[in-house]
Amino acid sequence: MIRFEQVSKTYPGGQQALRQVNFHIAPGEMAFLTGHSGAGKSTLLKLISIMERPTVGRVMINGHDLNRIRRQQIPFIRRDIGMIFQSHQLLMDKSVFDNVALPLIIEGYSHKEVSKRVSAVLDRVGLSDKSRCLPIALSGGEQQRVGIARAVVNKPPLLLADEPTGNLDPKLSLEIIRLFEDFNQAGVAVLIATHDLGLIARMKYRTLTLKKGQMITDGLTEDWPGDDDESAI
Amino acid sequence: MSLLFKGRSQGAERTGISLPQRLVMFFISHVRQALASLGELWRNPAASMMTIAVLGLSITLPSTLYILLKNTERVSAGWDQASEITLFLHRDTQAGDIQQLQTRLKLWPEVESVVHIDKAQAMEEFQQLSGFGEALSYLDNNPLPDVLLVTPTSKHTSPTAAGLLLDKLRKEREVEVGQLDIQWLERLHGLVGIAKELVSVVALLLFLAVVLIIGNTIRLNILNKRDEILVMKLVGATDAFIQRPFLYTGFWYGLLGGLLAWVTVALLLWWMGDSISKVTQLYQTQFKVDGLHGQALLLMLGLSILLGLAGSLLSVHKHIRAIEPK
Ligand SMILES: Nc1ncnc2c1ncn2[C@@H]1O[C@H](COP(=O)(O)OP(=O)(O)O)[C@@H](O)[C@H]1O
Ligand SMILES: [Mg+2]
Repeated sequence: MIRFEQVSKTYPGGQQALRQVNFHIAPGEMAFLTGHSGAGKSTLLKLISIMERPTVGRVMINGHDLNRIRRQQIPFIRRDIGMIFQSHQLLMDKSVFDNVALPLIIEGYSHKEVSKRVSAVLDRVGLSDKSRCLPIALSGGEQQRVGIARAVVNKPPLLLADEPTGNLDPKLSLEIIRLFEDFNQAGVAVLIATHDLGLIARMKYRTLTLKKGQMITDGLTEDWPGDDDESAI
Repeated sequence: MSLLFKGRSQGAERTGISLPQRLVMFFISHVRQALASLGELWRNPAASMMTIAVLGLSITLPSTLYILLKNTERVSAGWDQASEITLFLHRDTQAGDIQQLQTRLKLWPEVESVVHIDKAQAMEEFQQLSGFGEALSYLDNNPLPDVLLVTPTSKHTSPTAAGLLLDKLRKEREVEVGQLDIQWLERLHGLVGIAKELVSVVALLLFLAVVLIIGNTIRLNILNKRDEILVMKLVGATDAFIQRPFLYTGFWYGLLGGLLAWVTVALLLWWMGDSISKVTQLYQTQFKVDGLHGQALLLMLGLSILLGLAGSLLSVHKHIRAIEPK
């Protein structure tokens, strides 16, 4: 589904964010991406959603080389990728319903279809009763669930989440991760970037670890050093 | 169709909607966006009114000048037909020769009629009208020449034909000076021509200013919506989709500005009506100023909308592209 081949990214300022990164995530797989702050997690996700381009190497989605994707095609790539951000990126002056409906309206769905799908997805993330609220009236966890609902409303085959639990307490974080597990079970590939090692330690998922832009471990959580090694990363 | 995933269709394709239905949906979504843009203008009336006023007034000036010029042309076109040639004869021409000349000229195919104004008769009139009265009677002899007024036939009243006739008349031995009464009209035509060019230049500059002003207004709108545009790009909106409401805003500015210009022009003409009719009375013409209607009105509205669209296109092209999620 996602394949990185010798990918390096150097920002215009000379900051090297990724160095020769290789990995592959299979269709329908769920994986965590971790590493200390500044290790290059966000950069890696941005290369997948073409918010940045690699300096060297190739990023492939489903066998398509993203280097070949032209600027005008980028919006159509993003329609295949559900993206979730720590800062939610919601429209604060639009209702929950309108926020979640946005990707469908952009894709030109009919009014009826939009209502049907948005209601269904809000039901799934447990926000049916908040559909007319403004995001500002919601708690942090609820806002994050609006973001997730918007990411999955057009049923993309791939979900990317950058620190989706960043501002949440452990209990809410776990709820969010359970939500991702639900979608994963429905066949969606999920890649979650987080530095919340405690959260990862409780799950048995493949974990990719970055350190100063290099991929240092790639394996199941079971084989992974664990909490007490946090300082070493 | 998805670029990355075969068989995954995006948007309306997936729901199996037929082409005509999709066209209807497309139309409805455009109308909805157009109305949304209008609503946006309505919610921010002060700023919108300013932009509309700038656009409207900038179009008013060249439109009014254009109408006045057009009407001047219309009036002077009517006067073209009344051309008359005045021949001043040599002072020493004998009455018999004048008689002969008059008869001869009457036979010319270009000439409709010839009227003789006797120099004694002219002197009398001059005495009466000028107010010099007594003073003139002290003159030893009459300084005024005999005058023949030649009216060309209707085929020879155009400025060029009448000009040719004048040249021919000047060659007559008895004629000292010949004058065409449409020479001043030609000068007027010349002036109108210059004025027209001036109006074109002024209009062009004003239109350019309008495009830039609208462009700048739309630029501010875009920057105000930066966050929203970023989010829309994140979830896969194309530039075309994002720019549509801004283009509609430009369209509304153009249409409303054009309507404002129409009203202003009508008011101006009404206000100037009195002074215009005073001038036209001097020339003893029944004359009513032709305002803006029919094609000219449509043209002005079309132009105004075009300017609004041009301004927003310019801005949208540059600034929406520049907003990219990072
Ligand atoms: N737009 C940018 N321009 C320059 N340097 C950047 C930019 N974004 C990130 N970086 C740098 O790249 C490195 C990796 O950043 P990032 O991918 O955000 O790490 P993480 O998400 O793991 O905290 C950091 O050193 C950061 O300072
Ligand atoms: Mg980050």
